[in-house]
Amino acid sequence: MITIKNLHASVDGKEILRGINLEVKAGEIHAIMGPNGSGKSTLSNVLAGKQDYEVTEGEVTFNGKNLLDMEPDVRAKEGLFLAFQYPVEIPGVSNINFLKTALNEKRTYEGKSSMEAKDFLALVKEKQKLVELDGKLANRSVNEGFSGGEKKRNEIFQMAMLDPKLCILDETDSGLDIDALRVVANGVNTLKTKDKAYIVITHYQRLLDHIVPDFVHILYNGRIVKSGTKELALELEAKGYDEIKKEFENTPV
Amino acid sequence: MGNEILEQHIQSDYKWGFITDIDTETFAPGLNENVIHALSKKKNEPEWMLEYRLKAYKAWLTMKEPDHWAHVHYPKIDFNNISYYSAPKKKTELASLDEVDPELLKTFEKLGISLEEQKRLTGVSSNIAVDAVFDSVSVKTTFRETLLEKGVIFCSFSEAVQEHPELIKKYMGMVVPPTDNYYAALNAAVFSDGSFCYIPKGVRCPMELSTYFRINASGTGQFERTLIVADEGSYVSYLEGCTAPQRDENQLHAAVVEIIAHKDAEVKYSTVQNWYPGDKDGKGGIYNFVTKRGICSGDNSKISWTQVETGSAITWKYPSVILKGNNSIGEFYSVAVTNNKQEADTGTKMIHIGKNTRSTIISKGISAGFSNNSYRGLVQIRKGATNARNFSQCDSLLMGDKCGAHTFPYIEIKDKTAIVEHEATTSKIGEDQLFYCKQRGLDTEKAVGLIVNGYCKEVLNKLPMEFAVEAQKLLAVSLEGSVG
Ligand SMILES: Nc1ncnc2c1ncn2[C@@H]1O[C@H](COP(=O)(O)OP(=O)(O)O)[C@@H](O)[C@H]1O
Ligand SMILES: [Mg+2]
Repeated sequence: MITIKNLHASVDGKEILRGINLEVKAGEIHAIMGPNGSGKSTLSNVLAGKQDYEVTEGEVTFNGKNLLDMEPDVRAKEGLFLAFQYPVEIPGVSNINFLKTALNEKRTYEGKSSMEAKDFLALVKEKQKLVELDGKLANRSVNEGFSGGEKKRNEIFQMAMLDPKLCILDETDSGLDIDALRVVANGVNTLKTKDKAYIVITHYQRLLDHIVPDFVHILYNGRIVKSGTKELALELEAKGYDEIKKEFENTPV
Repeated sequence: MGNEILEQHIQSDYKWGFITDIDTETFAPGLNENVIHALSKKKNEPEWMLEYRLKAYKAWLTMKEPDHWAHVHYPKIDFNNISYYSAPKKKTELASLDEVDPELLKTFEKLGISLEEQKRLTGVSSNIAVDAVFDSVSVKTTFRETLLEKGVIFCSFSEAVQEHPELIKKYMGMVVPPTDNYYAALNAAVFSDGSFCYIPKGVRCPMELSTYFRINASGTGQFERTLIVADEGSYVSYLEGCTAPQRDENQLHAAVVEIIAHKDAEVKYSTVQNWYPGDKDGKGGIYNFVTKRGICSGDNSKISWTQVETGSAITWKYPSVILKGNNSIGEFYSVAVTNNKQEADTGTKMIHIGKNTRSTIISKGISAGFSNNSYRGLVQIRKGATNARNFSQCDSLLMGDKCGAHTFPYIEIKDKTAIVEHEATTSKIGEDQLFYCKQRGLDTEKAVGLIVNGYCKEVLNKLPMEFAVEAQKLLAVSLEGSVG
């Protein structure tokens, strides 16, 4: 699905990603954990194509294509979805209208015709139920006045609607109470198929009780310093990040 | 770094910039009493109209060009370098559309206004009547007969002077007197054409009335006048659209619009102003210096201005409402977009005189490129206007960091019972918002269009349906290339 090779990226001349290597295959769930400031959001933003970040070295192949050559909207239409750590508000644009535009852009890209209003509304109903999103939120402006939890649920709702191939969840669990966490995890688990892949970025192990990863990677100082299976997350939880910091802070660049 | 994409400005094409090659009769440039005599003669005007013009001209001579109190910059205008009359040549009076020069019909066709189609639709249900004004004259007003059945008069201003002199004499200059301001005086002296409409007592106008203004000739000014009178208990929705060719010179457009709403009457006036804005370096474009004002003269009357301003090199206009009748309502909903080197100084005046009068002001300014966009508004509550209410909201949206947004609210309250609320915000179009949209598969233009339309929603919602769709597209086109 996606192959990241020796990825270096900097912002304002400061190097933040310092050689990331990662391969994610269809059907897999990868968790990326790491202390604050280690570069988790930077990695997801670079993959999604955010302007601020300059890729200085490395390559990324997404379903056989050079991801880094694509405009952000093309990456999205090719099936890459990022559930943002901090979803933005777009006043005056209804959630529904936003999604309809997004969905039809994708369909146009795939050479399909726009979706019939009736089918679209049926899809909205179905997916809303999946993430237990209040129907009223669909008609409100995108994320405007949503609570933290509602914003995160709305991200998963959008993900469900757009049916992407690779989903990157950037700390979707932060700011969620236990119930919301269960709902989000349940959504992800239901949407999971053998031709989709997930990169789940989290600070805490608790999400991984609900979304069980095939692989766990620890990101520190812009590098994946350790990889393993789900046990690694438990180990990390037990030891804490300080241990990791101590172990790796003096690794030469 | 993130601003880099905002700094890439490419010129967006002005789609309405073509020139119609047509035989015209155009006065030599220059302004003096002889020109006014000639103009009046050309229009076969009665004596009283000529006198009105001459009086206004004399007043204008004593007045001074506005001293740049507005936040706009332009070189001094040489009024002797402008031609005050230009009209397509025609042999006789037009009896039907078939006699209109095909080139003219084609022009309006290109602008999306099919007068032919309007003709075919006569008798069938259509919802818009159009008065098409080309340079100094009205080319054709459609649906006149249908409207007349209801007693609605909708014709060019010139025709109204001939056919309804009693109405013109009574109402012209009632809201905007000839001496009101420099450009209003100039207009009163040299006004060319425009539209007149009168809705009789108790009539709900059966269709939207619309005037389309087109400047074509070079070196001319356009000075149209519109007068709308809504008699007791009547209702009308009126639309105004405008475009001009793309030229390197600046052209002056100084119009006057007057609205009179009698007791229980309601007038909704919507404008989509898209005069040529000049090129990306600020060369050419229309100077749009317009006086628009309405009076709610009777109790329970209502006047509502909605404007979407995307064109003109310089815009200077303040559609206002005098709330004289008790319980009368004034509204101003505005979207003003400036890009490249455009400058706009626009807003409104709400003058509360009657009791329980209410006004609402919603202004959305969007600046991109190197442009300057100012909101200037006055809310005045006179003594005796008990329980007057005003709510104003002025939002500015900046695209990039080379443009300016300014807000100048003036509030004068002479009655203690008044409640006046003013809210203002300034925001930047967020890189984060754009990225969010792109991450969901929207390209830059789509994303900008969506965000801007969302931002203007409260105003766009006030436009008649088909106009709103046009306006949305226009907003997107005007901002094309403002974000890389
Ligand atoms: N747009 C940016 N401008 C400047 N510094 C940034 C930007 N984005 C991230 N950084 C810096 O990069 C480092 C990694 O941040 P981030 O990727 O958000 O970490 P995480 O998501 O793991 O907490 C931090 O030091 C942060 O301050
Ligand atoms: Mg983060």
